[in-house]
Amino acid sequence: MNKLAPLAFAMALLPASAALAEWKPSKAVEFVVTAGAGGGTDIFARAVQAAVQKNNLMSQPIIVTIKGGGSGAEGYVYTKSAEGDPHKLVFGTHNMYVLPLAAKVAFTHRDLTPIAAMVFDEFMIWVKGDSPIKDAKGFVEAVKAKGGQWKMAGAQSKDSDELVTKLLDKAIGAKIIYVPYKSGGEADVQLSGGHLDSHVNNPAESVGNWKAGKVRPLCVFNREPLAAGPKVTETQAWSDIPTCRSQGIAIDQFQQPRIASLPGKVPAEAVAFYQDLLRKVAETPEWKEYVARTAQSGRVLIGGDLTKFIDGDYVRFQAVFKEEGWLVQ
Amino acid sequence: MDNIGDLLHGFQVALTGYHLMLMVVGVLFGILVGVLPGLGAPNGVTLLIPLTFTMEPVSAIILLASMYWGALFGGSTTSILFNIPGEPSSVATTFDGHPMAKQGRATEALSYAFLSAAFGALFGVVVITLLAGPAATFAHKFSSPEYFAVYFLAFACFVGLGGASPFKTLVSAGMGFSLAAVGMDTISGSLRLTFELPDLIKGVSFLVAVIGLFGIGELIATMEERLEFRGVHARISPRDVLKTIAALPSYWVVLVRSSLVGCWMGITPGGPTAASFMSYGLARRFAPRTGEFGKGVPEGVIAPEAADLALGIPGSATAAVMMGGLMIWGLHPGPMLFVDQKSFVWGLIASMYVANVVAVVLVLFTVPLFAAILRIPFAIIAPLIVVVCFVSAWTVSSSPFDLWLAFLFGLIGYLFKKCEYPIAPLVLAMVIGDKAEDAFRQSMIIHGGSLGAFWSNWLCGTIMTLGFVLLLWPLVSSALQRTKSPPASAGG
Repeated sequence: MNKLAPLAFAMALLPASAALAEWKPSKAVEFVVTAGAGGGTDIFARAVQAAVQKNNLMSQPIIVTIKGGGSGAEGYVYTKSAEGDPHKLVFGTHNMYVLPLAAKVAFTHRDLTPIAAMVFDEFMIWVKGDSPIKDAKGFVEAVKAKGGQWKMAGAQSKDSDELVTKLLDKAIGAKIIYVPYKSGGEADVQLSGGHLDSHVNNPAESVGNWKAGKVRPLCVFNREPLAAGPKVTETQAWSDIPTCRSQGIAIDQFQQPRIASLPGKVPAEAVAFYQDLLRKVAETPEWKEYVARTAQSGRVLIGGDLTKFIDGDYVRFQAVFKEEGWLVQ
Repeated sequence: MDNIGDLLHGFQVALTGYHLMLMVVGVLFGILVGVLPGLGAPNGVTLLIPLTFTMEPVSAIILLASMYWGALFGGSTTSILFNIPGEPSSVATTFDGHPMAKQGRATEALSYAFLSAAFGALFGVVVITLLAGPAATFAHKFSSPEYFAVYFLAFACFVGLGGASPFKTLVSAGMGFSLAAVGMDTISGSLRLTFELPDLIKGVSFLVAVIGLFGIGELIATMEERLEFRGVHARISPRDVLKTIAALPSYWVVLVRSSLVGCWMGITPGGPTAASFMSYGLARRFAPRTGEFGKGVPEGVIAPEAADLALGIPGSATAAVMMGGLMIWGLHPGPMLFVDQKSFVWGLIASMYVANVVAVVLVLFTVPLFAAILRIPFAIIAPLIVVVCFVSAWTVSSSPFDLWLAFLFGLIGYLFKKCEYPIAPLVLAMVIGDKAEDAFRQSMIIHGGSLGAFWSNWLCGTIMTLGFVLLLWPLVSSALQRTKSPPASAGG
């Protein structure tokens, strides 16, 4: 069976490839990264690059450029200005529609052509490794006991981490102080040093310190626990972390999509080409390994599904931003 | 003792022919990206990462780390020869290195720079070998107030210096702080000082500013002066390199102190740029001939160079790219690396020893070559430097706007020179201004707006107090000296 699998895979792709052979990149394709070098978005773009190159999915070379200035606005503005050029693929998260809500950044997500959401990163509540808090219930009690002095670290301001904190505020009916840092990595160093009480990092941002016993996840903001996998620490795998919902914190799901988009007004054939390319990338062993290693949820959204998802998520963010008085317009 | 055994094992890993070859390649490539301002170590690492996908993790990190060393060495070259810092951390090297080159002592300046950088680097590697564990634990003690205190101390070391009038220093530093504020603000998530120009969203790049202020500004000033570098007829002989090597031990105090500063800033993550400024400031303060600083004294080159390489924890940008690399190679960065991946970590540390020796030998060979560049007539070299400056400004983020910025900063640099405003405070404020502001505001959030945050524990309180002492010392000492004559200093 195994020997035939690649063949079956190739055959399944055949009709699609033949139909879409009309458009192909005619020069090197630029992958624009809308975050700092070494961050989650950079690793996302490089994972796609590695999968494409190792499996020869595209004849033209790929150049990765980092444009993470202004929390990523630099990269989006740059891509927007390349209107009609199908040789630029911009990589980002929901910051493509969240950034314009809180800051005057000279672009909106409608200036871009989203191609695919390829993976969804999880958010978890983390405490220091030697904290007496055992589970999410203990967390809620501890926050309430501190009487408005609980300190939550996070990456950036008016972005996903602060948003989760606000949702958490409401869900448990207590006030949490949010302290913004430049990145999840910085927040993790501060938590493991015992300078703050908790953070809401993505799994990959804290896995190193979890293994070392310096920080510990309490629950994940998802409907189901993560997919089963190998043990991360001596006793636990990612799948052993319960959902926050099951522990009595009424937040249904909070995930961060990782989205690749083209500039606006690109030919439909080019859109089809990249949709097909990214669909193939998601099938490669390299990609599956990346998704498992970073403990994200591999779920590919393309076309109508993607538009629906973005519209829904946008409305949800807008509502919270309005309530907090963060909207710029 | 355990560490020594691990280290010997590390040497076994590092001293294979293949790894030595990678080091040579890495160092040479590093010198190249270091020499071209704007390209720099982070971009060099970014360029190399795709090549490492198929390598063993330890080989990959050896290649990248060697490149990082090479880039730091290379960065000093243009600072000294053309007053253009190739790396942010080599800005302080221009203060005395370039005047030395102009006096025809380029060979001497370059040799001092490379040798003291190598000394600092080896010193740092020894510290890592012996103290990796305790240093990491100590680094964990640092929270936002401590970070602010460290930045404050670095600033105090540098700013309290005599020379320019305190008022002009203040203006220059103020400009630097404003420039650092442009763009997205981490704490509030809002844009500041962008005037709704999309090009300003990413902020003003430090490198673009430096290329303009130092490189282009210097060229305009030189053109006005005499249309030539005074070093043109200098004798360049490889023997000067040997003479410098022989003279180096007499500067051991500066060397050791600067290396200590470098290690301290490496552990407390102040970063190499702040370390080199702080070390230069200290060297100047404690030097017997303070007045000579800035006109070309070897101490002025040795101090920043030895500090900027000490404790080879690559500056945050480069480190971040390497971390990304680790993830791609399937390793998780973090304290567990020392346990899970022993041969990887100690192979890397051992390779730092070896790569350093490789690097210093290679760069010393290039000294006569680089110094000879100054013999080319100014009329030919000047347009070339202009081209290099603009190409470099373009490389930073491929933005046409940056070219105009570099030009504008060139004019500002020239005006600063004409009106005798010091550029250094502006540069330092630009480097640490943003981080210091973030740290300050985080401290305020954490401690509910109380300034007591900065004296809330012994560590932070000691650093802050030391900072104030250093900041106020020149005022106090000059006040004491001038009790008889009418006070001339306007104060700070």
